Amino acid sequence: MNFEFSDDQLVMKEEVRKLFEKEDSVKRNRNILEGDENFDKDLWNKVVEMGLTAITIPEEHGGIGLGFLELCVVAEEMGRAIAPIPYSSSVYLATTAIINSSNDDVKKEYLPKLAAGEMIGTFAHSEELGTPTSDNAKTTFQNGKLSGEKIAVPDGDIANLFVVSAKSGDKVGLFLVDADSKGVEVSKAECFDGSRSYANISFKDADAEIIEDSSSEAIDKLLNQAAVLFAFEQVGGAEASMNMAKEYAMGRYAFGRQIGSFQAIKHKLADMYISLTLARSNCYFGAWALGNDAPELPVAAATARVSATKAFYECSKENIQTHGGMGATWEFDCHLFYRRARLLSANIGGQSLWKDKLVSSIERSNLPQ
Amino acid sequence: MDFNDTAEEAKFRKEASDWLSANAEKKEHSRDVYRPAEMTGEGGESSALQDAKDWMTKKYEAGWACLHWPKEYGGRDATAIERVIWAQEESKYKVPGGFHEIGQGMAGPTMMLYATEEQKKQYLPPMAKGQEIWCQLFSEPGAGSDLAGIKTKAELDGDTWTINGQKVWTSGAHYSDYAILVTRSDFNAPKHKGLTYFFLDMKSPGIEVRPIRQITGGANFNEVYFTDVKIPDSQRLGEVGDGWKVALTTLMNERLAVGDASGVDFQEIFELTKESDFNGENAISNGGVRERLADWYCEYAGLKYTKMRNISALSRGDTPGPDASITKIVSANKLQDIANFGMDLMDNASIIKSDDKDDIRALFQGSLLGAPLIRIAGGTDEILRNIIAEQVLGMPQDVRVDKTVPFNEIPSGSKN
Ligand SMILES: Cc1cc2nc3c(=O)[nH]c(=O)nc-3n(C[C@H](O)[C@H](O)[C@H](O)COP(=O)(O)OP(=O)(O)OC[C@H]3O[C@@H](n4cnc5c(N)ncnc54)[C@H](O)[C@@H]3O)c2cc1C
Ligand SMILES: Cc1cc2nc3c(=O)[nH]c(=O)nc-3n(C[C@H](O)[C@H](O)[C@H](O)COP(=O)(O)OP(=O)(O)OC[C@H]3O[C@@H](n4cnc5c(N)ncnc54)[C@H](O)[C@@H]3O)c2cc1C
Repeated sequence: MNFEFSDDQLVMKEEVRKLFEKEDSVKRNRNILEGDENFDKDLWNKVVEMGLTAITIPEEHGGIGLGFLELCVVAEEMGRAIAPIPYSSSVYLATTAIINSSNDDVKKEYLPKLAAGEMIGTFAHSEELGTPTSDNAKTTFQNGKLSGEKIAVPDGDIANLFVVSAKSGDKVGLFLVDADSKGVEVSKAECFDGSRSYANISFKDADAEIIEDSSSEAIDKLLNQAAVLFAFEQVGGAEASMNMAKEYAMGRYAFGRQIGSFQAIKHKLADMYISLTLARSNCYFGAWALGNDAPELPVAAATARVSATKAFYECSKENIQTHGGMGATWEFDCHLFYRRARLLSANIGGQSLWKDKLVSSIERSNLPQ
Repeated sequence: MDFNDTAEEAKFRKEASDWLSANAEKKEHSRDVYRPAEMTGEGGESSALQDAKDWMTKKYEAGWACLHWPKEYGGRDATAIERVIWAQEESKYKVPGGFHEIGQGMAGPTMMLYATEEQKKQYLPPMAKGQEIWCQLFSEPGAGSDLAGIKTKAELDGDTWTINGQKVWTSGAHYSDYAILVTRSDFNAPKHKGLTYFFLDMKSPGIEVRPIRQITGGANFNEVYFTDVKIPDSQRLGEVGDGWKVALTTLMNERLAVGDASGVDFQEIFELTKESDFNGENAISNGGVRERLADWYCEYAGLKYTKMRNISALSRGDTPGPDASITKIVSANKLQDIANFGMDLMDNASIIKSDDKDDIRALFQGSLLGAPLIRIAGGTDEILRNIIAEQVLGMPQDVRVDKTVPFNEIPSGSKN
């Protein structure tokens, strides 16, 4: 048994981590949060140069032709770096949706551009307050035209390519709309995590191509795949938050001692470590299921998602508390992780939704053996 | 990433499973566990004990006991991963167990490091063979978490030590043949410097074992009193005054020996929520119930895959992460919460006692009463959190007021 990433994958992870450290990604997150730009174009270009937008794209379509396992290790570093770029939207969601597609024309047309970072994609799914599921779409697709209102589309004002969920007959499928098409209107929305950009998008008879319209399962599969990748990102963020808390607790003295020598703080850190370890282990199984397109994917993805969401929330909130008054300041970085934790918990459906999905998947699969 | 054995591992697994299938009965499902023929209650685990001894001897004779020990001491010289594979295979069979952990898991490794060659040859093979049972005489009324605070006194006269004092919570003392023992040989030295460690025969004159009834109703642990018990100096492990160091060896192994808390787990609560009625529906259709199930599944799976990550570290020849403490904290608390929630779902029916081992109620009731014990034995939740913070995360030790002063000046025990 080998339940660990390969040496090559770990080397790749290290390279990505070094890039973000060198580029001071956390500082860049703050710049975007405080400034007027909607993402860090310079960092995005560096990520593209490193080939990170091309990882899962087959070589015939201009990609590197590696697998999801490589994407998992990159995702963890994205999370650790709270990178202010539209990576998850373009790579985990839009690119994966197109790779999954049986429409070769769409692949041929768009994958090379996504690989080269010339196009940035995203997934337009949510429509109202509440949880996006595969079958609640009100947006419709008919005769090559797509109409409807999508809200809180991640990086919606940045992307030039939208993967959109829409009803087609009695199925809910996935469709592709170019942001420049007629009938597409993008309005930027202020985001809770200002280091990332969101938009509401209205489609009125916009030209659309079919990614998958023969079954509603395409959306579920995409969300499960993305859930594993987001979970890795959450684990990266959780670990960074835990380490930040630890560093501070070791260097801060109160009552004549390092605050890290008080049990209340030590046990807080131990609990962070426990929830992080459980999440990481569940992510590894998610990575295995994702990489092998295994029948266990629905259970594995939901398990990874639920435990990583919990871990990032717990680590990022207790990191603030460990910093005392300093944690409450705008100036300290703690809140950047807390905001990102919230954003990542919401973006493909919240915790209650995924818990429910998890139990449904267990019921269907008769797990555990 | 894969779940496949290497060629060597597969060969070993086949050998193990061939032997097991020829010598034991396979479980039909996860709850189809070994049951002793005779349950005599009140600490009378006689038939289970004899069955466990006999199964160990059978394994020993075929070379399947204490796998990772050197052959000369009764082991197999197996690798760490082979030991894991054996455990995986053995867990598929209905076999008795639960009596040899302290000997083989804790006393054995300690003897391996500190006993003389002659002693190792004398005591370790019988320990592996399993007819001799060992117990751990560490905790005292005034010293549990704070093990170094023990007061059982050891005095040397010539070549013989005389022991006086009291131990408590000693699991299995009433059926044990030998024991490992920590004593205080110097009351004027600082607390950690005055300890001396021995092994001894439990039939030595002056030892009195008194069973203690637990909240489960059973009596598996005991008080053990020492009145002028004689131990030859040759049975000392480690130097005089160096007992703390030796005890740490035992404790590190204890953490490896304690595994998942046994009792109700995700599978049981999942089945129960499908069967039980909640406002006219199956409980599992209730949103609140589903949230709890999801949380427990995540813990259950998280522990399972953490273990797999450790196993693959072993398989690569790396040292596994120090995650055994996580397993006990998470699984014992999960056990308690699942048991409590399950009884809640069964409503009033849950509080009607059942002694029928096949009754689901007995399983939940037993788990609810057993879980608190697991959260204490082998290191309490708080002590394990300290260990994670200090040994895994490298945080400072608690500030101590008792480390440098002479032991006899330190307050200890309960003052109420
Ligand atoms: C919104 C806000 C308003 C405030 N208003 C005022 C005000 O009007 N006037 C004023 O004087 N101050 C004010 N404060 C300061 C506030 O009282 C301190 O921030 C607070 O007492 C914590 O101290 P600290 O920030 O130095 O953190 P620290 O004391 O360094 O604490 C850091 C962490 O260590 C923990 N810790 C510290 N000591 C121990 C211990 N002995 N045992 C266990 N854990 C410990 C803390 O719980 C915390 O988690 C305010 C703070 C905030 C956030
Ligand atoms: C079922 C069972 C079997 C056992 N078998 C054996 C055996 O075979 N041999 C043996 O020697 N012992 C055995 N023990 C004893 C066990 O190791 C001790 O009970 C345990 O270490 C706790 O010690 P204590 O009971 O003295 O509790 P205490 O140490 O008094 O602890 C009481 C409470 O205070 C907390 N506490 C104590 N110190 C600290 C601290 N520094 N920081 C924070 N909180 C603290 C504890 O976490 C606990 O909640 C067994 C216990 C049980 C329950």
